[in-house]
Amino acid sequence: MTDVKNNPISSEQFEDTVWTQEVAFIDSVPRWIAMTFVFVVFIGVWQFVTSFGLVSPIILPTPWETLMDMIFVGKNLATGGYMLTALWITILEVIYGFALAITIGFTLGVIVGETAFGEKALMPYLVAIDTMPKVAFAPLFVAWLGFGIESKVALAAFIATFPIVVGTAAGLHAADENARMLFKTMGASRMQTLIKMKLPTGLPQIFTGLKIGAVGVMAGAITGEFLGGGKGFGELIRVAASQLNTPRVFSLILYLSLVGLALYMLVTWTQRKVVFWHKERVGDYDG
Amino acid sequence: MNSAVLQDYSGAPLGAPVYELNHVSKTYARNRVVALEDVSLTLRKGSFTSVIGSSGCGKSTLLKIMAGLIPPSKGRVVLQGQPVTGARRDIGMMFQQATLFPWKTAVQNIVLPIEIRDGPAAAKKAMDKAYELLDVVGLKGFENVYPNELSGGMAQRASICRMLITEPAVLLLDEPFSALDELSRDMMNMELQRICREQEATAFLVTHSIQEAVILSDEIVVMKPRPGRLAEIVEVDLPRPRTLDMMTTPKFGEIVDYIRGLLDKGEDM
Repeated sequence: MTDVKNNPISSEQFEDTVWTQEVAFIDSVPRWIAMTFVFVVFIGVWQFVTSFGLVSPIILPTPWETLMDMIFVGKNLATGGYMLTALWITILEVIYGFALAITIGFTLGVIVGETAFGEKALMPYLVAIDTMPKVAFAPLFVAWLGFGIESKVALAAFIATFPIVVGTAAGLHAADENARMLFKTMGASRMQTLIKMKLPTGLPQIFTGLKIGAVGVMAGAITGEFLGGGKGFGELIRVAASQLNTPRVFSLILYLSLVGLALYMLVTWTQRKVVFWHKERVGDYDG
Repeated sequence: MNSAVLQDYSGAPLGAPVYELNHVSKTYARNRVVALEDVSLTLRKGSFTSVIGSSGCGKSTLLKIMAGLIPPSKGRVVLQGQPVTGARRDIGMMFQQATLFPWKTAVQNIVLPIEIRDGPAAAKKAMDKAYELLDVVGLKGFENVYPNELSGGMAQRASICRMLITEPAVLLLDEPFSALDELSRDMMNMELQRICREQEATAFLVTHSIQEAVILSDEIVVMKPRPGRLAEIVEVDLPRPRTLDMMTTPKFGEIVDYIRGLLDKGEDM
């Protein structure tokens, strides 16, 4: 260092100043470890509560009993036993209910979202019906459609329709002023504007409606079975509960939730394929 | 106004009137606000005109009337000898946001005006032209890229192509680069000048920036608010083609100061 006078502390006397940014341990845990941790704690608490007799075994079975029953139910399902027949009935109710909800919900959503008349004439009634506890309509559907699959499909569709209406209508309002002006300057017809611009722009909101609907349709089908009998999975749960066979109730619910999860994931997967340009964050529930 | 001194991009005398507004007024019925009062304006072939004024001076109302998006309350609006009574094929428009649709690739976005007006078959035929235009704006190689992979400036370049694909007689530019950073903005303005020269376009720009207006325009329409009306039409006699260096010349500064003076006067009213 010859130039020490002008530059008394030269940076050259240091090594490369490479340093590590600290990340708290709790933020750096991988997802699978975090999930396993919660699962183990959950089972641990469950085991603790049951094995020390804090809760009556009639109310809460041990994890082991539940696992054994899950294996039993799983075998019955895999070998095409009576439970599979029941599950298939429930799956059909969910599929028909969802299809019906999509058809009606999308149509109403377009009418409400696209036409000022639909907004003025239909929206107040839709909001009014939506605020009602829709499950309370179950006895009516049973009275109108009987104890068969039809009354469950109706309740499932009834519950799932409203979020789809709201999602579709909101989606059609999502296009910004510039996009509307652009389509006007291109001389686009109302139909062209709807199909080529408003609907694609609104797809994220429409899919949000579909996802909320997918959760509702499952709840609707099972509620319908609880209140209106029939031969579905909900009936199996109801019977098991009335016999205080809680391990069975638990394992049936777990298998049922797989159906709900599959439907939800089907919608999410379709969304990712169709709305490929829209990056959705985890837990992003309202688009 | 002595039109003999006006020159178009190539230095030739300015052409015939393309767009004419005669005593145009607009009163919004809902709140009886006079947005525009007695505006008369002529755009000549190959000229670049800017309109500048504080908010509420009726710039956007003027632009919407010229685009055929809203009707005037009074006055005549005539483009290429035909009254403007709605959207027109010979009007190209560009907005502050690129407004590209994310489900279409760059070329698909560019041929959208053709798709809307003439159907998908015609749009397919226009693809070659879209490729050429992308080349013109320096986006070669980005033809099949989706808009969310384009930067703000690139997206605006693509939207220039979309505006040009129908070969419009007049380009209406609504603060097209005001969402960009200053460096990209200057560059895009020079690009815009080059493209307008190549296409012999007649352009009408709405802007908030005096510098931008002066560097690009042959004529600057200065507007006053409440009610929106013309204050003065200022001619810019800087030579063509313009360069960014001209922004440091005394002449440029003079014109900018003069317009700023006009705008300040408008503020007092």
